[in-house]
Amino acid sequence: MDITFIIAAFIAVLATLRVITCYHIMHALLYLVVSLLAVAVVLFTYGAPFMAVLEIIIYAGAIMVLIIFFVMMLNLGLETAENEKAWLRPRIWIVPGVFCFVLLAELLYLILQNKQPAAGIQIVPPKQVGMALFGPYLIAVELTGILLMAGIVGAYHLGRQHKKTLHRFLENNLDT
Amino acid sequence: MNLHPTTAGLLLAGILFVLGLISVLIRRNIIFMLLSVEIMLNAAGLAFVVAASHWGQADGQVMFMFILAMAAAEVSVGLALILQLYHQLRSLDSDEASRMNG
Amino acid sequence: MLPALIPAIPFLGACILMLCWKRISRSAVTVIGCGSVGLSAVVALIVAATVASAGKQPLVQHVWQWMQVPGFAAGIDFRMDALSVVFTLVITVVGFLIHVYATGYMHDDEDYGRFFACMNLFVGAMLVLVMADNLLLLYLGWEGVGLCSYLLIGFWYKDPANNYAARKAFLVTRVGDTAMAIALFLLFQYMGTLNIQRLLQEAPVLWQKGDPAITLIALLLLGGAVGKSAQLPLQTWLPDAMAGPTPVSALIHAATMVTAGVYLIARMHVVFELSPAAQTTTAVIGAITLLMAGVSALVQTDIKRVLAYSTISQIGYMFLALGCGAWSAAIFHFVTHAFFKALLFMAAGAVIVALHHEQDMFKMGGLKKSLPAVCWVFLIGCASLTAIPFITAGFYSKDQIIWLSFAAAGGHKVYWLAAVLGALLTGMYTFRMFFLVFYGEAKTTVHRIPGPVMMVPLYILSVLTTVAGFIELPHTLGHVTLFSNWLLPVLPAVQMAQDSVVMEWLSQLASAAVALGGICLAYVWVLKRPQGMVDFLSMPGQVWLQGFWKRGWDMDALNDALIVRPFVYLSQINRKDLIDKIYTGTAQLMEMCHNLMARTQSGILRWYIMGVVLGAVAILSVLIWRLHGVV
Repeated sequence: MDITFIIAAFIAVLATLRVITCYHIMHALLYLVVSLLAVAVVLFTYGAPFMAVLEIIIYAGAIMVLIIFFVMMLNLGLETAENEKAWLRPRIWIVPGVFCFVLLAELLYLILQNKQPAAGIQIVPPKQVGMALFGPYLIAVELTGILLMAGIVGAYHLGRQHKKTLHRFLENNLDT
Repeated sequence: MNLHPTTAGLLLAGILFVLGLISVLIRRNIIFMLLSVEIMLNAAGLAFVVAASHWGQADGQVMFMFILAMAAAEVSVGLALILQLYHQLRSLDSDEASRMNG
Repeated sequence: MLPALIPAIPFLGACILMLCWKRISRSAVTVIGCGSVGLSAVVALIVAATVASAGKQPLVQHVWQWMQVPGFAAGIDFRMDALSVVFTLVITVVGFLIHVYATGYMHDDEDYGRFFACMNLFVGAMLVLVMADNLLLLYLGWEGVGLCSYLLIGFWYKDPANNYAARKAFLVTRVGDTAMAIALFLLFQYMGTLNIQRLLQEAPVLWQKGDPAITLIALLLLGGAVGKSAQLPLQTWLPDAMAGPTPVSALIHAATMVTAGVYLIARMHVVFELSPAAQTTTAVIGAITLLMAGVSALVQTDIKRVLAYSTISQIGYMFLALGCGAWSAAIFHFVTHAFFKALLFMAAGAVIVALHHEQDMFKMGGLKKSLPAVCWVFLIGCASLTAIPFITAGFYSKDQIIWLSFAAAGGHKVYWLAAVLGALLTGMYTFRMFFLVFYGEAKTTVHRIPGPVMMVPLYILSVLTTVAGFIELPHTLGHVTLFSNWLLPVLPAVQMAQDSVVMEWLSQLASAAVALGGICLAYVWVLKRPQGMVDFLSMPGQVWLQGFWKRGWDMDALNDALIVRPFVYLSQINRKDLIDKIYTGTAQLMEMCHNLMARTQSGILRWYIMGVVLGAVAILSVLIWRLHGVV
């Protein structure tokens, strides 16, 4: 067992715990970035350096920055934190928590059943991933491209705001 | 520690996944719910990469890339939706958006 | 092809008007509504001429096969024989005049097109009834007539009373229709066919005279006729049917609907001849009805109700004639009655319109000066209804019935007495109405003088009312038998029990005398000594008796007590039964489940995710249990 993995795993779990218990959304986001970076280290230890880089660039970089930017745009400050404090009561989280721990226990039990001989960590180089992507998975890649485009169009469409402008005689809905 | 590396990776993925799930369940703030979904997606991706290293095949990493792309699309659309919701309800409380009840 | 056109043209008119009367102009509605019936009348005249020139050979036309199953076939078959020709001509010609009159009468009504659509349908259904070659098609027309009467009596549907009257007409005639349907079933069971000609030919072969089966069939057919023709005990719907517009009343009373029963009995005369009991029943019903309705007509205050009761009474005469075996006399009276009753109704309608829809005779009076033309045509109609000797058609037809009710093979002294008494009552109630409306002091002002559209049909009918009588004159007065000769191929000549000329003279004198006596009584009663009549009427017992007659012998109350109340009582007992509980219980259970399910649809996102988590826990638990036998 690699010591790097253990440290990274602990950091990831602890940071995630902080994310789900934190009241202030900005702090939660920063903890999430820490968690994602820790996961990137884990990915590296599992012989997927390219994925680790992507995790850092896309997840911790692009997506998290987008959310942070969004939160700053909405100017969600201390009052949301107050709200969170009011909402996170034990009677709210105790029952879902119990069920989730049952689920976790079951997952762990199933994972620990694995009695297969240890094959060790095999490194899968990025070249092999690229060959797979543009070989058997070509159509899936195309579809992913379409999905991303749909995401862009959808975000644009949903994000538009309809503002009412009053004309002298007519009431028009103009896109802004 | 004589824990099998694949098992250890899957355990980490399971723990992260359940933590995300708990967060989705207990949060009312809709941005937190989106974050928690990201945690869960990330955990699933981690499991794929662990499987890829276990078999020495590239497929798991390919799946991780697809999950990454999907997460990006999901976040962009989700944020746009949250924006609309915030403009309509003046709140981020997901319970407020319960007009479509039976 | 011609016979089928006669009912087809009014049906076509009805279809066009029903579909698009809102989109076409009023004048177009008028042209289609009147034109279709007028065209049908022209075709009917041509067909009549064809039949006459072919030596009264019936004209049969098979239009198409309606249904065909093993053992039974029915077609849309029309058959024009002498009897059908008479009915067709009366229906189309009188119907056409009524349509023309209605364009004036209904001029201001907003549902002008709907009115003419229903009227055309009515005429078409009645034509199918009288032209049908098999009883199934006849029954189709029979029910069509019932439907149209419902539509037209309730034409002004905004008043609940009119709807009530319409429902009553529909339900009461339905009692008779059911009896008739059973008669058709029995006929089919015994004879295996519903073709009228085959029935008439084979019935005497199959049954002896007086056989119980044929008596039952005849009585059931009579039940149907009684319902449609408003005879005892199903006559209660006709006075209430006055709720409809006046042209509708004219159409129902003169040309369509109520004469269907007379037609049915005349058409199935072989069946009735085979059953003396049914024939006697017919005559007795006719005699009692004509007297009861005559008495009721004496005390009515509504001008249309007087005419309604007079129709019941005159149809009673026809039934009496049918019961005595005087078939052609009944049909002859039907023809003259159609003319003068249409005339009377439309003249009454003119008065009603002139007085701004006032129907109470005691609020009229003195209209002779303001409406002289209406007064004259009304007088002609009244004279014919009363059967003033020599100059009116009503005299010749009614006199024939009165004489034959005594002299025919099926006649009896009692029938004769009832008929003569009925003639006296007819004179009294007719001229009571006439004097009340047109003489005495004026009580209301005339609001609108009827125009030529309404008056011309009245003039034509006045002429017809007068000249129609001369086609059939009794032995004692010229002995013209054009009409009965015409009907001879279809309806057998009357069997006479007596043939004494002296007796016939005496009968005619008696009927003429009572008719004139009735007029004199009415004159004294209404104009000469009104005070004496008031005194007489206010005597104890009289008030009650008058009310009793006015309510039509309380037949409504009787029906109510004997049929409606027990039925309502039973249905109320039966209302909360076990089977009902099953249905309501099922509904309640479903509603409960629905509420439970609806509650899960809370709209709160976290609950839904919770559902997903529970599902995942359950699935994983099952998985583990299956893998290792551990929960």
